[in-house]
Amino acid sequence: MNANSAVVLSAQHVSVLHDDFKAVNDVSITLRAGEWIALVGPNGAGKSSLLKALAGLTLPSGEVSLLGQPWASWHRRERAQTLAWLGQAEAGQDDLTVYDVAMLGRLPHQSWLASPTEQDKAVVEVALKTVQAWEWRTRSLGQLSGGERQRVLLARALAVQAKVYLMDEPLAGVDVPHQADWLEWVRCLTEQGAAVVSVLHELNLALQADSLWVMAEGRLVHSGLPNDPATHQALSMVFQNRLQWLEWQGDVEGLTRWVALPK
Amino acid sequence: MNARKVSSASQLAWQLSLLLSLMVLAGALLGSEGWAVSSLQADIALMTDIRLPRTLGACLAGALLGLAGAVAQGLFRNPLADPYLLGSASGASLGVALGMVMLSQLDVSPWLVRAGVTGMAFMGAWLAVALSLMLSWGVQHTLRLLLAGVVVGVVLGAIASLLLVMYPQIQGSVQSFMLGSTAYVSWSACGLMLSVLIVSGLVSYAASPLLDGLALGESTALSLGLPVKSLRWVLLAVLALCTAAAVAQTGLIAFVGLAAPHLVRARYKGIHGKTLSLSCLMGAVLLGGADLLARGLMAPLELPVGVLTAILGGGYMLYLMRGMSPKSSGGRGGRA
Repeated sequence: MNANSAVVLSAQHVSVLHDDFKAVNDVSITLRAGEWIALVGPNGAGKSSLLKALAGLTLPSGEVSLLGQPWASWHRRERAQTLAWLGQAEAGQDDLTVYDVAMLGRLPHQSWLASPTEQDKAVVEVALKTVQAWEWRTRSLGQLSGGERQRVLLARALAVQAKVYLMDEPLAGVDVPHQADWLEWVRCLTEQGAAVVSVLHELNLALQADSLWVMAEGRLVHSGLPNDPATHQALSMVFQNRLQWLEWQGDVEGLTRWVALPK
Repeated sequence: MNARKVSSASQLAWQLSLLLSLMVLAGALLGSEGWAVSSLQADIALMTDIRLPRTLGACLAGALLGLAGAVAQGLFRNPLADPYLLGSASGASLGVALGMVMLSQLDVSPWLVRAGVTGMAFMGAWLAVALSLMLSWGVQHTLRLLLAGVVVGVVLGAIASLLLVMYPQIQGSVQSFMLGSTAYVSWSACGLMLSVLIVSGLVSYAASPLLDGLALGESTALSLGLPVKSLRWVLLAVLALCTAAAVAQTGLIAFVGLAAPHLVRARYKGIHGKTLSLSCLMGAVLLGGADLLARGLMAPLELPVGVLTAILGGGYMLYLMRGMSPKSSGGRGGRA
């Protein structure tokens, strides 16, 4: 990620009200092309509410801009082509097949009721092969385990071929090998210039991101690099000082990584 | 892969179409004297004026209910949703009761009574849905809409019951409506239902991407750029129109709208554009078949078709519950 990369998503003084409760309180952020941000914080910190506000799924107070243009000026379809959303698993009907679900990611690119083009089919095939779901593409969503289902939903988001990906707990229920795969996919996306914001509860995965946004009680309390002691301090603070930090000489020579364990 | 899935949908469509054609043929040939085929002796007029419109009417009402059921289950993301969940059944019953009260005071021909009652049932069903929408302040909050539908259903049903107590002379007619019957469906009613089916089928097919998106959650549907609010209104209008048109002509037919989409999904999993069309066909087969059974099982005595669908539908629900036994409910096989 380059600090001079173009800003793709920005929010100024964003607040989200849920009835009388302020879920997000005066948050300002900037997201650049090619950047992966891990959004972390304790339960109820306002992470999902902030992500939904950034995705335009709720109407916050404050200003949110995508590629420099305010939300209101975007046409619904163009916005859907530019920003892909992967939400926490919502209960619903499980009768769509894996292939149908992934093809829904192409909806923003298709004319209304038009059949999928060869390009749509090719993109969906690549997305499903990326998450290793191509072999069971005829199975229905209801026949999958939680982790398999999450991978298919990720393929749906990948099929959008967006510039910005907002993912709310994309690794919920996903097993370790596929978590490692997910890290690779995210790096691949950012290398291609896409920006990713992901809410992650697994801190050691979050510590592999380019930057961390730390939230507590609706506020963004810290934004910093994963190796920065200030980031560790902020994380320890929001998690009630229940973290212990271990230094680890990581897989890349000369790069020190940190591991956070509960204490 | 896609070819296999499409062929499975088209196979089911062909099978249902074939079954439907055979049913219409049987319905035209079989009379109230039992199951003996009497085409050679039968009066052509009897066949074309009574049996054929009745059989086609049953199939069309079944198709409308099947479509409404599939729309309701997709829209509310609930496999137990049925076409009557916004209070249209109670609204139609109240409409019929009010119609009977008013028309019984006047000396009018039975034909006019029938037409008036049909119109009142249609209006009652529509107004009940409109009332549910008003009470829930629109379509944004589906749970509030469902609760409003329950409240409207209970209150309008209670008013209809009150009318029955106050005017005992209308009890027979209203009860016959509530049991459901295909005996009085005319060619004009068939034409009306066919028109509604064509319009609703095309509109719901056009709006079906919303149901696919909603299957993954409202946030996902919105993020895909779908006009969620306006398409929800469109599909609710389809739901109300199909249910009102079917109920007005055939009374309260139980379980067809609930069971048809389930039976389709047991055979075919896929996008709503296809399951909506298949649910139409399945609904037509179910009610067409129930009509044949109602006429033939205890001939020359005719059973109310709504009673038959309720018994068969109850059996189907028991079958569903069997599939939800502790042994199988650990997986996802609980649903048909």
